[in-house]
Amino acid sequence: MITAARNYLVFLRRSARIAFVGDWRYYAWMGVLTAITLLGLNAYAKQLVHGLVVTGMSDEVSWGVYIANFTFLVGVAAAAVMMVIPVYIYDNEELHDLVIFGELLAVAAIIMCLLFVTVDLGRPDRFWHLIPGLGQLNFPRSMLSWDVIVLNGYLLLNVHICGYLLYCRYQDRKPAKWFYIPFVFTAIIWAVSIHTVTAFLYVGLGGRPFWNASIVGPRFLASAFTAGPAIIILALQIIRHVTHYRITDKALLTLRSIVQVSMIINVFLLVCEVFKEFYSGTTHSESARYLFLGLEGHHALVPWIWTAIGFNLIAMTILVLPVSRGLKYLNVACVLSIVGIWIEKGMGLVIPGFIPTPLGAIVDYVPSLNETLVCLGIWAFGLLCYTIFLRMSVPILQGRLSQANEGQPEIQGDEPDTPASFATPAPH
Amino acid sequence: MTPSASTPPPAPPPGHDPDRRSFLRSSAAFAGLTALAASLSPLRELGDYTSTEQFLQKYYKEMTPEDMKKVLRRITNEVERQYGIRPHVRDLRPMDGVEFVYALNLTRCIGCRKCVHACVAENNQSRSPEIQYIRVLKMPHGSMDVDKGNHTYDDKDVPDPGYFYMPIQCQQCKNPPCVKVCPVNATWQEKDGITVIDYDWCIGCRYCEAACPYWARRFNFTKPEIPKDRLNPEMSYLGNRPRKQGVMEKCHFCIQRTRAGRYPACLEVCPVGARKFGNILDPESEISYILRTKRIFIQLKEEMGTSPRFFYYFDK
Repeated sequence: MITAARNYLVFLRRSARIAFVGDWRYYAWMGVLTAITLLGLNAYAKQLVHGLVVTGMSDEVSWGVYIANFTFLVGVAAAAVMMVIPVYIYDNEELHDLVIFGELLAVAAIIMCLLFVTVDLGRPDRFWHLIPGLGQLNFPRSMLSWDVIVLNGYLLLNVHICGYLLYCRYQDRKPAKWFYIPFVFTAIIWAVSIHTVTAFLYVGLGGRPFWNASIVGPRFLASAFTAGPAIIILALQIIRHVTHYRITDKALLTLRSIVQVSMIINVFLLVCEVFKEFYSGTTHSESARYLFLGLEGHHALVPWIWTAIGFNLIAMTILVLPVSRGLKYLNVACVLSIVGIWIEKGMGLVIPGFIPTPLGAIVDYVPSLNETLVCLGIWAFGLLCYTIFLRMSVPILQGRLSQANEGQPEIQGDEPDTPASFATPAPH
Repeated sequence: MTPSASTPPPAPPPGHDPDRRSFLRSSAAFAGLTALAASLSPLRELGDYTSTEQFLQKYYKEMTPEDMKKVLRRITNEVERQYGIRPHVRDLRPMDGVEFVYALNLTRCIGCRKCVHACVAENNQSRSPEIQYIRVLKMPHGSMDVDKGNHTYDDKDVPDPGYFYMPIQCQQCKNPPCVKVCPVNATWQEKDGITVIDYDWCIGCRYCEAACPYWARRFNFTKPEIPKDRLNPEMSYLGNRPRKQGVMEKCHFCIQRTRAGRYPACLEVCPVGARKFGNILDPESEISYILRTKRIFIQLKEEMGTSPRFFYYFDK
């Protein structure tokens, strides 16, 4: 028992240590991310003192880019399952070892989600009012209480799965199936639930016709399963570029077909929504009119949404053509989808829900500089977390950081596996 | 940050410049901590953001009478420290056999906005930025569609011919969407029909503000400012005591007046008698008479299923 605890602590210490060593590119990257994180922290400290008045939000548009980014990132987190499903349900070998990278992305995304919700609170000091038992969690009536539960649950599930698999690899033993497979399948269903619950947060509001539409849930899932795997495609290529971890093109192309199908569904659902809003011409489509065409001289979101639609259509075209089997075109399509969906789901979903107000006032919203810095800070912190997770897990998966080589000289950067001092060669 | 490990390390020369490396490491750590401290420096102005007593305060419905006494004392002291006036803070509970209902005569309302300002004065709303619970819409004849209303009319004289005026405030719904969505039960409906907020329990997520179909809720985006000589010292816990930065507030039918047998401030100030208020459970009350005898009265956005306790009616 004591040995087991000691071994685990050594594992944690060695993993933590390796997060602080790397080559100059690693230090430069981490330095930049740390600097941006601190800028964001500074902006948040100002917001804490002066209140949300330092943002662009108002009583008319009472949620802004914080909640927009939150919504987008819930999708990214949910999309980790799009790698898990092929592996555990269809036994796809190419993706097998890469699942961990997807799940670590989910962990980083959920951390960002929780931060985005926290910075949106007027009284973050009262967060404990949400803790069941201590506070007054309004479950099951409030959809926000559902969100608190599913997001934290998803975080725990993924931390457990990744942590357990990595520790087994570190110890070079076979993971016990009963200790992670049930969690993997729970996580698959759970991933769909986090995004559905987040959609219902909006859908449940009868006073906001733009959100009170049953298509919001399916659109959330379709866009998440487009943007999430697109991010993973790019992340995997960066991993194989900066480390010597072997990732095949075939694995990337498997993800491509997921992005492809999801994007087609996403665009189809967009068409459904646009038709319903504009053909019927009821007064309930004022928000959609504000978003796509502008209303009474207010056009703040019009250039954004058309950029998003343009990006999505170009991305879809590239994805359905055979050229996207080449990585260059695939990457272009991925970047376009990510940006397009970020706009569409952020500015394009959250903001127009508030405009016009239920009493018909039209007040534009533009994020302030301070608000933008807080957002950049959280993104930088999320990337910082993801980088650290990868920095720890890649050498473990390669077998270069394992219980077997405890006590031997610690690895420094990402040396190729040639030096003979490392007994275990990379897998495959 | 300095790239301390930039040189290719494969051939391990242990002890190569260990001093240099540890020096770089500690200076990087020092620089990092300095940057962290600098980024947190605005927090020095945090001031009286909260207190231990307030931070640990219990939920309203779980407080014993003893707890409530302590809380009222804390609030009294805080207000006195901040405004130099000793207020009279009470926790007025709903009366048995009372359900409050409001009715507003659209034929009479002239759009003078006296109710808006009487409300601000009575309920200790922030003056900078000014928070108002009542929004008066200038509406073209013939429509009840709020989208056609003008929020910012600035006429020298009211009423403007060809228009009518529709003041909108919290409708005190029987089926309130704002209460349903609150993740921490910081807002609820009392048995006399008033939906209240515990300002010391609200976490400021603004979900209720998004849920309200009447745009009746307001958020304290910054520390509320009330001039000392304008403070109304007659206060109630769930009513008009001064709020903190970062919490929601809204119309509560002047709980500190109506639960003590008085009319709401907006009603008293109305120069044309357009506003009526009373106990719907009392068949002899004026409000019961109005709702019994008027041929048409309107619940705003009836199709929302919110069932407001606020009715609009016409004389002719």
